[in-house]
Amino acid sequence: MCRLSAITSNKYFSPMENILALETMKEGHDGSGLGLTLKDLGGHFEKLKSYPILSGICSKNGAKVLDDYMETAGFKLKDIWAPKIRNVKGITKRDHYFARIYDYPASFKHKSFCEKEDLLMNVRIALRKLGESDGSIFVFSFYPDTLTLKEVGDPLQVAEFFSLDCDNLKAKIIFAQGRQNTNYAIYLYACHPFFIQGYCTMTNGENTAFVPIREFLTGRGFPGYIGYNSDSEVFTHILHYTVRQLRFPLTYYKDVITPLKESEIEKRQDSKALKLIKQSLRPLCIDGPNVVIGFIPDGTCFMVHDAKKLRPGVVGGVKGKYALMSEECGLDSAIPKRDKSKDIFPMKYDMVIVKPQAEEVEIWNQLQN
Amino acid sequence: MEPASKLDHNHHLSIKELPYIIRWKDHRCKRCGQCTAVCPVKAIEPAVKLRRVVFSEGLLPEPSVNRKIYHVIEQVTDIDRACTGCGACALVCPNDAIEPEYNPSNKFLHFKNKGGEGYKRGGRRNDPFISTLDRLKFTRISMLTDPALDAGRHEFRVRTLLGRILPSDELPLIEKDGKLTIDEENERFVPPVREIFPIMIGSMSVGALSPPMWEGLAMGVAYLNEVEGLPVVMCTGEGGVPPRLLKSRFLKYIIIQIASGYFGWDEIVHAIPHMVEDPAAIEIKYGQGAKPGDGGLLMAQKVLKLIASIRGVPQFVDLASPPTHQTKYSIEEAVAKMIQSMSMAWGFRVPVYPKISGTKTARSVLNNLARNPYAAALSIDGEDGGTGAAYNVSIDKMGHPIASNIRECYLDLVKQGKQNELPLIAAGGVGKKGNLAANAAALIMLGASAVSIGKYIMQATANCFGDEYNRCNICNTGKCPRGITTQDPKLYRRLDSDKVAERLVEVFKAANVELKKIFAPMGRSTELPIGMSDGLSVDDKAIADRLEISYAC
Repeated sequence: MCRLSAITSNKYFSPMENILALETMKEGHDGSGLGLTLKDLGGHFEKLKSYPILSGICSKNGAKVLDDYMETAGFKLKDIWAPKIRNVKGITKRDHYFARIYDYPASFKHKSFCEKEDLLMNVRIALRKLGESDGSIFVFSFYPDTLTLKEVGDPLQVAEFFSLDCDNLKAKIIFAQGRQNTNYAIYLYACHPFFIQGYCTMTNGENTAFVPIREFLTGRGFPGYIGYNSDSEVFTHILHYTVRQLRFPLTYYKDVITPLKESEIEKRQDSKALKLIKQSLRPLCIDGPNVVIGFIPDGTCFMVHDAKKLRPGVVGGVKGKYALMSEECGLDSAIPKRDKSKDIFPMKYDMVIVKPQAEEVEIWNQLQN
Repeated sequence: MEPASKLDHNHHLSIKELPYIIRWKDHRCKRCGQCTAVCPVKAIEPAVKLRRVVFSEGLLPEPSVNRKIYHVIEQVTDIDRACTGCGACALVCPNDAIEPEYNPSNKFLHFKNKGGEGYKRGGRRNDPFISTLDRLKFTRISMLTDPALDAGRHEFRVRTLLGRILPSDELPLIEKDGKLTIDEENERFVPPVREIFPIMIGSMSVGALSPPMWEGLAMGVAYLNEVEGLPVVMCTGEGGVPPRLLKSRFLKYIIIQIASGYFGWDEIVHAIPHMVEDPAAIEIKYGQGAKPGDGGLLMAQKVLKLIASIRGVPQFVDLASPPTHQTKYSIEEAVAKMIQSMSMAWGFRVPVYPKISGTKTARSVLNNLARNPYAAALSIDGEDGGTGAAYNVSIDKMGHPIASNIRECYLDLVKQGKQNELPLIAAGGVGKKGNLAANAAALIMLGASAVSIGKYIMQATANCFGDEYNRCNICNTGKCPRGITTQDPKLYRRLDSDKVAERLVEVFKAANVELKKIFAPMGRSTELPIGMSDGLSVDDKAIADRLEISYAC
């Protein structure tokens, strides 16, 4: 089973904190991959927050294709960051691991952020398609103030491989997943966390309702709903669809993936709306076993379970720094100095929400609304 | 001397031509006559025979010959009285002296066209072999990496939605203080939707069924809803609704069918102001899987006083519904109008959906309905559906199997992103081999939102003799030996409506448990796994390719 380590803080911190937490939770993952998504970046990126960062991996040939494409698309390269690669046994080095910071094409400078988001996503998809058949280009995210790193291997070794222990790479929200390869061949695009237009989730457990959910999402006519090399990618897209596309408040994500029974809905103030949502989004209902940890563009982080709560997670920390982990020992590693009696083990109706800048944590209960 | 023309019996059929041969045991028979009395087609009759008997009475063998008169039970070879194999004789025989035996080399169809009239019967397609539905296996079993659910412990919601579902991006919602509420200024029509059990009782009319059969089904359905909490709905078929039911609160469990004969609809329409509940839905019948392109038929012998009054017709006349609705000009115009008219009759509070027979053209119908915001569903009845009366050639040779028909329709909706908006109801052969829950689950995973059953219910709740070896299948004659499809009080008195209701409840409760036993190991419980095709496999590559599921062997 995959291990999940998310930390949100009002101060910049190193992804090594997440990696070490994963290491303490190691029993659960077999070292088949590490995925890292960093938001609200510090260090090298602190002064470049408004520029989109293209995160990915490419071969030498892929780099040329990528450069040509970006130039043609009108993006101007402002800066490049690349992890310092060390030779680590068991990890096959690829040609280029990169985070390329671009300036928008001139024609988009004065467009709305929403339009810019669509542009960035479409470019990411185009690059993915260009390099997918021969594996020459992998692009994980293309969005301002967001960086993604992924590689196959044991998380601690991958961290060493990327020199994360001595790099100045820092962020205020970092999600890390130690991947347990189960049904699928080890493939970078199957590695969590998944990111789309500011929305990010990572999940453990398998998704038994994957096919109907995928078919529903791909039928929305939204170009970003592709991929699905992992059955968990749909959780990210459901979040994106619910909050960005349908403009529902975040808590309705819980109502979409684990809808209440009719009798329970009656008790909610928004019962009329909820009934319609339950009907119209019926194919997006999950059956678990899953815990989903995610963030949305404003920096709010959350944790939810499937309705049977077969994959419990835990949230804990102190004001200004909270961790959302799949295991308690991971939380102990990330934030040892905290009041453990206040740790939150969300139940099946709960959505644990950590406010931006880790200001406070609240439990939203689906029944009590 | 007899003329040769009579001696050679050349104009008679031999018993070997008949589909069932009566095995009568002389030594067990006490000549009570119950078998001949009960036989619905008079296939057997008492006969007197003169036999030569050789006997010896003394101490030493001194054979002598005598001629004695014997009473026997004899099978007639008249094609119109051919034994149907129903076995009613065996049922009533006190000494196990008689039973019919299937004759696989029969030539029944060669002769069953006397008077130039094609063979008509009830039942369903005489194909006793394993259907595609029964070949589908559930192979995605949750093991270790995603633990299976517990059918006995976890909460399951084996429910489906009947009615047009709004697209999620057209919901009339507005956000206020972090909560969504209905936007009163948005005039978007919100179609009526019912939450029902995914196995429905398909259309069987009052008239086709006997009063105790129909009453038993209705009672069972009411009990399931009100006592067991299982929202099972049943469809009336064409032929009206008993007036008391129309004005009762139980109407909400009933789907009223309108078909091309419009039988009973004058009474229904006049009852609308007196209805205390809306019906569950309205089904517009455009086709039937058992007899595609053919109209309904209730033979004159079944049109007794009660049926005549419910249907608003004279007694003892053949009630034939035309093959198509006479007002039907085109799907865009007439079907849309009919859906809207029926919706309007109940103030747009009742889902209205068409039922068609399985056909290669189903997708055309589907795509039209997908564009009609008032169409509440599409019911497709496959070739293995049953009927009360039809030409044998229609039942046996016309129609489309349901599995690939429902699958291609579902995938068509997926392409349009409308698979959740227009529910598909699959029918025709569900439970043909007794695997009701498995067949239903397989169709759901292929894309059906619900399934409809008819023949299975008659077999399981009222011991209908009919099977795919053409056993019995005389529903059309009004002589049903079980009292299920007859209006003859002497026959339907055999059927106890309480027992039918009791069995119906048992059948649905068991199906509910079995559906959970299928869904639990596949890790599904919260919503019906509609379109969860990755859960299915089949041991035939061609079927797997056609249904776009995996091949497993």
